[in-house]
Amino acid sequence: MSDGKAKLIDTVSWPEHYRELATQTKDPRLKAFYEAGCVAPETALNDVPFVAVDFETTGLDPDKHSIVSIGVVPFTLGRVQLGGSRHWLVKPQLPLHQTSVTIHGITHTDIDKAPDLDDVLDEILKSLAGRIPVVHYRNIERPFLNMALKWRIGEEIRFPVMDTMAIEAYLHPNRKRSWWQKLKGQQPISIRLADSRLRYGLPHYPPHNALVDALASAELLMAQVQHHFSPETPIRDLWL
Amino acid sequence: MQAELIEIRNHLAQHAPFDEMPENVLDRVVSGIEIAYFRAGTDILTLGERNTYLHYVRSGAVEIYRRSGELYNRITEGEIFGQFGLLTNKTVRFPAKTIEDSLIYLIPDEIFQYLWENDDNFTDFVETEDHSRLRSALSRREKSNQPMTARVTRLISREPVMAPNTVRLQEAARIMTERGVSALLLMDESGKQPRLSGIITDRDLRTRALCEALPSETPISDIMTEELITTRSNAFIFEAMLTMLHNNVHHLPVMEGDKVRGVIALSDIVKHESQSSLYLVSNIYHQQDVKGLKRLSKEVPNTFVRMVREDANSHMIGSAMAGIGRTFSQRLLELGEEKLGPPPVPYCFMALGSMARDEQLVVTDQDNAMVLDDSFDPAQHDEYFLALAKFVSDGLAECGYSYCTGDIMATNQKWRQPLRVWKEYFADWIENPKAEALLNSNIFFDLDGIHGRTEYTEELKTFIAEKASNSQRFLAMLARNALNRTPPLGFFRTFVMEESGKQAKTFNLKRRGTAPVSDLIRVHALACGSRAQNTFNRLKAIGQTKLIPEDGVDNLRDAFEFIAIVRIRHQALSIEAGREPDNNVRPEDLSPFERSHLKDAFQVVSQAQKFLKFRYNPQAARNV
Repeated sequence: MSDGKAKLIDTVSWPEHYRELATQTKDPRLKAFYEAGCVAPETALNDVPFVAVDFETTGLDPDKHSIVSIGVVPFTLGRVQLGGSRHWLVKPQLPLHQTSVTIHGITHTDIDKAPDLDDVLDEILKSLAGRIPVVHYRNIERPFLNMALKWRIGEEIRFPVMDTMAIEAYLHPNRKRSWWQKLKGQQPISIRLADSRLRYGLPHYPPHNALVDALASAELLMAQVQHHFSPETPIRDLWL
Repeated sequence: MQAELIEIRNHLAQHAPFDEMPENVLDRVVSGIEIAYFRAGTDILTLGERNTYLHYVRSGAVEIYRRSGELYNRITEGEIFGQFGLLTNKTVRFPAKTIEDSLIYLIPDEIFQYLWENDDNFTDFVETEDHSRLRSALSRREKSNQPMTARVTRLISREPVMAPNTVRLQEAARIMTERGVSALLLMDESGKQPRLSGIITDRDLRTRALCEALPSETPISDIMTEELITTRSNAFIFEAMLTMLHNNVHHLPVMEGDKVRGVIALSDIVKHESQSSLYLVSNIYHQQDVKGLKRLSKEVPNTFVRMVREDANSHMIGSAMAGIGRTFSQRLLELGEEKLGPPPVPYCFMALGSMARDEQLVVTDQDNAMVLDDSFDPAQHDEYFLALAKFVSDGLAECGYSYCTGDIMATNQKWRQPLRVWKEYFADWIENPKAEALLNSNIFFDLDGIHGRTEYTEELKTFIAEKASNSQRFLAMLARNALNRTPPLGFFRTFVMEESGKQAKTFNLKRRGTAPVSDLIRVHALACGSRAQNTFNRLKAIGQTKLIPEDGVDNLRDAFEFIAIVRIRHQALSIEAGREPDNNVRPEDLSPFERSHLKDAFQVVSQAQKFLKFRYNPQAARNV
């Protein structure tokens, strides 16, 4: 999968990599995205402009399923600006599964009126430009967007992400319960978005709406950094 | 506003002063919101700093202070702060600090000004707040339970669990088991939009499926309830409760338009109602005389039993009961001051022992004292304070808090003294420790101001914390006393029973269980200079100093919780059986599980006592 390739890139050289991609890219929208640049690897987390991103999709496999909605929330560790948040419904290339309808509540009627991703690509890329995307579980947004671009403009997209789920996984390496803990009825530690938020005293938000989920992961990252990292930590330690 | 942010709008819409705003105004508020997260203990607003946001607590809790540093108010979910500065010169008048991890919605000044100029309800709210709506942090308790005004959405803690109405019986049962729900919503998915078409509950599975021996392949639509009783997402909790009672159902789907927001169960409501002991505390404040208080006090055992039944832990129960006891004392003091006139000099009414530790249960006597201002002149003023102390003490006795047999009450002149004298008392206990004397004054080392100038008690706490940690002799003596009472465990893990009298064949879970633990934890806590009073909080403070090994702290906490909860359950059972609750337990009344774990817990206490002996060398203290 494309995400596997992205990992091979030396993560520290992202700004350089963006400059290089900007010269090679043909699509003007994607070119502009790269030209907006990427923060230097040594930038302190406190100074990084982030954008939380979440997709709702028709399934989990980017080769078989498509994006149905996109939510983005720009933020820094100090503040989320709700006014800057955006949400798009996009028409999936592939039929909407009944099971996924019950998950994200987006129906055929909603989708029939939605534009193709190509029509809103400019707005989407502009909202990501110059910011470091934050996701909860990195194997959805990046590969799905990559695949969507490959299909539509014949070019791929590369960018680093912060993965709030990977941070939780790192913080809780021993999530399996011992027999003793099972006996005492202790619950296993879950690193799902809603469960992770609970550990930081963050409120319950209804899941499965791209914008609300993006907001949820933005708040989660703010909380994670306050609890476990210094705001001076360089971004290169955490981006993937 | 992005329509998807409706979740945030709904939250605001549930809380004053946003609850009466038109939707388009609320949308405007939401679009301008910025969000910030603060860890517990963070200063959000510091005095004199510039602030251009109205702060709204989405989750967590924040304390607001006066300029003097005195606690002014405690703000929790759905409440606002920071408005005073916005109304004047955009600088902070009341500093704010988080006491829990908190998510704060920040509403920019231009929106605040717009609301203030255009929404009368909002203007009234932010302007009157300073004078009438806010009360002291303690009486805020009253506000945190509003069963009549809280809305059902507050009870929804998870997404609704749904399945297509085409599933079979067994599949439905499996989904319910897997997701841990007692009701399943069944959706008609034949149309373009899935539509709620039925519900099936645990009870239905039992009565309609199991009793009738239906095959597991039966379509669920054959037995589901189709005539649905639902409630709206903006309904009040008590409305939902009435709906359930009227229709004899235990589950209500909560609808928002034609979409399902969640399901609430009768058990959710019961749980909500009993949270932090509810009506009782707010009712206490409304009583106008001792008779009314006495009548209310009959409710205390029921509240206690209800919390036990709902599996509250000992910390929750202990602080709820202590809260109730404090409220009775506070109300009595207010009534006393009304009757006798305002106090001639400032004073602080102080709770001692279990109430101060937030570890009170139902069987309890009153332990209290008065700290008077140093300007106190016995000849002029003591008549007043004696009368007040007597009024409160008699009132408490009427309400079931029996007189202290050791005469540790504010009615005793010795315990009704100016701050200066109290400092002398503590200095004497600490600097010239005598085992016998300390045995009797142990109780004064758990103290909490509950009325009047509580800062006097705070001053004493600091005085004690500083002095005690430096006095090895005092700590050794205290440790020696803490070893007087041992857990009732014999050589081969057998329980050691009282030998004679009415309590023969029982052991005392207070004297031989919780008390030895709180005694030994008090020694460590004083040694590490902690100002905490509650045993769990003291343990936390001790844990931070590495005074005892980390797993020692965890084990002690678990042991204390277990002994305390067995004691609590024992009392709850007695109350339910109509007996007088006490602390004497017969081993045969315990389940094998409780017996075995109780032995483990007692062993932990024994170990901890050995460590205490080793750490403070109380043998040496004996010879001093």
